[in-house]
Amino acid sequence: MTGAITSLRTWKRPPVLLKDPRWRWTILLGSAIYLVLAISSVEVNWFRVYEGLERGWKFIQGFLSPDFNSRWRDIQAGLVESLTMTLTSTVAGVLISVPIGIGAARNLAPAPVYMFCRSLITLSRSFQEIIIAILLVAMFGFGPFAGFLTLTFASIGFLSKLLAEDIEGCDSAQIEAIRATGAGWWQVVNYAVQSQVMPRLIGLSLYRLDINFRESSVIGIVGAGGVGATLNTAIDRYEYDSAGAILIIIIAIVLVVEYSSSYIRRWVQ
Amino acid sequence: MLELKALSKTYKTGDRALTDISFSVPAGQVVGLIGPSGAGKSSLIRCINRLVEPSSGRIYLGETELTKLSGRALRQARRRIGMIFQEYALVERLTVMENVLSGRLGYVSGWRSFLRRYPQTDIDQAFGLLERVGLGDHYNKRADELSGGQRQRVGIARALEQNPELLLADEPTASLDPKTSRQIMRLIQGVCREMNLPAIINIHDVVLAQNFADRIIGLRAGQVVFDGPPSALSHKALTCIYGAEDWEQVQQSSESQNDEFLFSNAKVLELT
Repeated sequence: MTGAITSLRTWKRPPVLLKDPRWRWTILLGSAIYLVLAISSVEVNWFRVYEGLERGWKFIQGFLSPDFNSRWRDIQAGLVESLTMTLTSTVAGVLISVPIGIGAARNLAPAPVYMFCRSLITLSRSFQEIIIAILLVAMFGFGPFAGFLTLTFASIGFLSKLLAEDIEGCDSAQIEAIRATGAGWWQVVNYAVQSQVMPRLIGLSLYRLDINFRESSVIGIVGAGGVGATLNTAIDRYEYDSAGAILIIIIAIVLVVEYSSSYIRRWVQ
Repeated sequence: MLELKALSKTYKTGDRALTDISFSVPAGQVVGLIGPSGAGKSSLIRCINRLVEPSSGRIYLGETELTKLSGRALRQARRRIGMIFQEYALVERLTVMENVLSGRLGYVSGWRSFLRRYPQTDIDQAFGLLERVGLGDHYNKRADELSGGQRQRVGIARALEQNPELLLADEPTASLDPKTSRQIMRLIQGVCREMNLPAIINIHDVVLAQNFADRIIGLRAGQVVFDGPPSALSHKALTCIYGAEDWEQVQQSSESQNDEFLFSNAKVLELT
């Protein structure tokens, strides 16, 4: 027993990425120096910040004393527009995403279909909503139709990518078992795949509904209709109390959607 | 009647899974396919229903040459072959009844299966099979609510719902306890006897294979190295299949594995 104790063996976790300590120090120091230089290159106009603080304070004051009444008609119209845009674009997005998502799943689609659907997804995902909104507003004019198209387009990229990944992560034994019964391709999708991905698809659609509502208030700023347009007008007119009211309503709706969607997701499991 | 002629399978990676396999299985014969892991047992039975594409050779089920088929003809051939899986491979979120009825997918049209409107005869048969496997009143439970043994019974009912001419089973007892394993094997053996159904059962447990199969085929490195009745499976044959091991000891300990002994043993443990 004593013999084993006399030879003490030490242990240190071996370095994972860089074996040479000199490299480790060079990279650490290098990034520290870069960080300092980068921060010092940001020019700050302190006078402008001081002025802005005052405006910011006004904004916060407006937010604390929201005025729902004087612009209520505009706010109401904007909200209805936003909610319509949100719901229609989510439904349209889900309807289009399901076939694209199936086509973009490697375990279900042949190579050419897979490549086609994947590139559609990449196309949709490579543009931010605002950029698409600006383009579509230029094409279809101001208003909620451009907003609807923007949100639908963005939903497709989001939903079909995540759906495709979920299909690829399906239990292949269940797919194999259904295939072994002599089922056709549609039947395999209907029995083995759909039942596995349905809860996630519902969850994702609800999450996208939530995102679309928030986005609908942002793209309104570039002219795609909705409560965002109302918000933009209110800020332009320095009516921070009305803007505050709009923001509070947006937050309230997002909260409601958030809670109800998490409840529904638990229910479909 | 199933016939394999010079079946070979080489995977894209260059692994030779099966080399020149030839044998035939007459109606009503239960074949136990044994061999070490990686010997090609799974590949062999998956080649038969073409879940794995054979590289060369021919497979006949009755008059049909399975290796030539594609598209609709392949699906129609697959519905004549029932398959039972390791880990059951039930569709977990569907009900027991839907799982059993999915055995009819090759027969019914897309809209019928989509709306779950199966012909009355299929539903009657499904109820009958669920009673046969001892799950008569579980039909509306979700498959993932069942225990392992119950799930495998649903798997068997699904395979039989196809009215198969051949039964393939890939390690049907691999994740079951010893007693349930024996019950499942006894059930498979029983239905094969009743329906005069030939079966090929991949199995790791040599003793189970000996007890419930009419014929043992031993596979080693993708080749048939033993083919004969269970009684002919000597220590020498086992060494040929699996490599050297003290088979005397394995078979001794396994003899004690019959149900009664197992349970009397358990009682002793409880008492002490």
